[in-house]
Amino acid sequence: MASPSTRIDDGHDMDSVNSGLMREKLSVLVVDNDALVRKVHEKIVSKLKVAKQVQIQTATNGKEALDLHLSGSSFDIILMDMQMPIMDGTEATKELRAMGVESMIVGVTSADARADKEAFTEAGLDQCLAKPLTADKIKSLVETLEKNK
Amino acid sequence: MLGWGVEFLRAEMNRLLSLLFHQGVLDEQFLQLQQLQDESSPNFVSEVITIYFHESEKLLRNLRLLLMDKELSDYKKMDIHLNQMMGSSSSIGAKRVRNVCVAFRAASEQNNHAGCLRALELLEHEYCYLKNKLHELFQIEQQRALASGVRYPAQHD
Repeated sequence: MASPSTRIDDGHDMDSVNSGLMREKLSVLVVDNDALVRKVHEKIVSKLKVAKQVQIQTATNGKEALDLHLSGSSFDIILMDMQMPIMDGTEATKELRAMGVESMIVGVTSADARADKEAFTEAGLDQCLAKPLTADKIKSLVETLEKNK
Repeated sequence: MLGWGVEFLRAEMNRLLSLLFHQGVLDEQFLQLQQLQDESSPNFVSEVITIYFHESEKLLRNLRLLLMDKELSDYKKMDIHLNQMMGSSSSIGAKRVRNVCVAFRAASEQNNHAGCLRALELLEHEYCYLKNKLHELFQIEQQRALASGVRYPAQHD
């Protein structure tokens, strides 16, 4: 089994005006079979400085994401690609919800993903976003997380 | 003199980038990528682009192989490869490559073999152009970094 990568960023933000209001910790799981997309999304999240400590893990397919949860990991936000080998995002989302995972699961798809996107959303996504993810899109997810606390 | 060289190279980089934006080869996502580069990952952009080149060439080879046999073209597999290329292209701001992938996928959905072949040729062309221009950009960046790293001997009047 491939071991997913983990990265912890200490969210010291010299520029943050509201550092006193910053959440203590944010944990994000990036699930995508594309190494480039994992690298970029991981970097975007780590640079956001939306929490004092940002923990990021990556997984290369839905099964790895499931295995992480089965081994006891939990996340605030899961960025889930739709099309992946071994276990795709739709199936992984269904399985995670069946396991009782209540994290925010955000589907990440190519913009023209049509009917598959509907099935993906119905599997239990909180939101579905088009690639490319940007800092603004992810910031907005964290804001939603804060609102729903 | 060498300081002047650094400025010249910076201007060259900006000129090339402007050209690529004007041509629609790159979009603002490339700027987002550049903004992600920092002291903790000083080679972030070139690392990402290197992955992009490596993966794209694999995908293009796979697409060509799939289209070699007109009777047995596996359009579902083609869709998977195209999807991945679209995703990675959009993540680095490779706008024209991404757009050709969209057109390619439309042909693939119609099981249009001839259309797919034409789209693949165009995709290969766009990818080559992008690759050459990004290489050019990185070469200028390397020269600029070297030139700005040169220490000037102290000058006395």
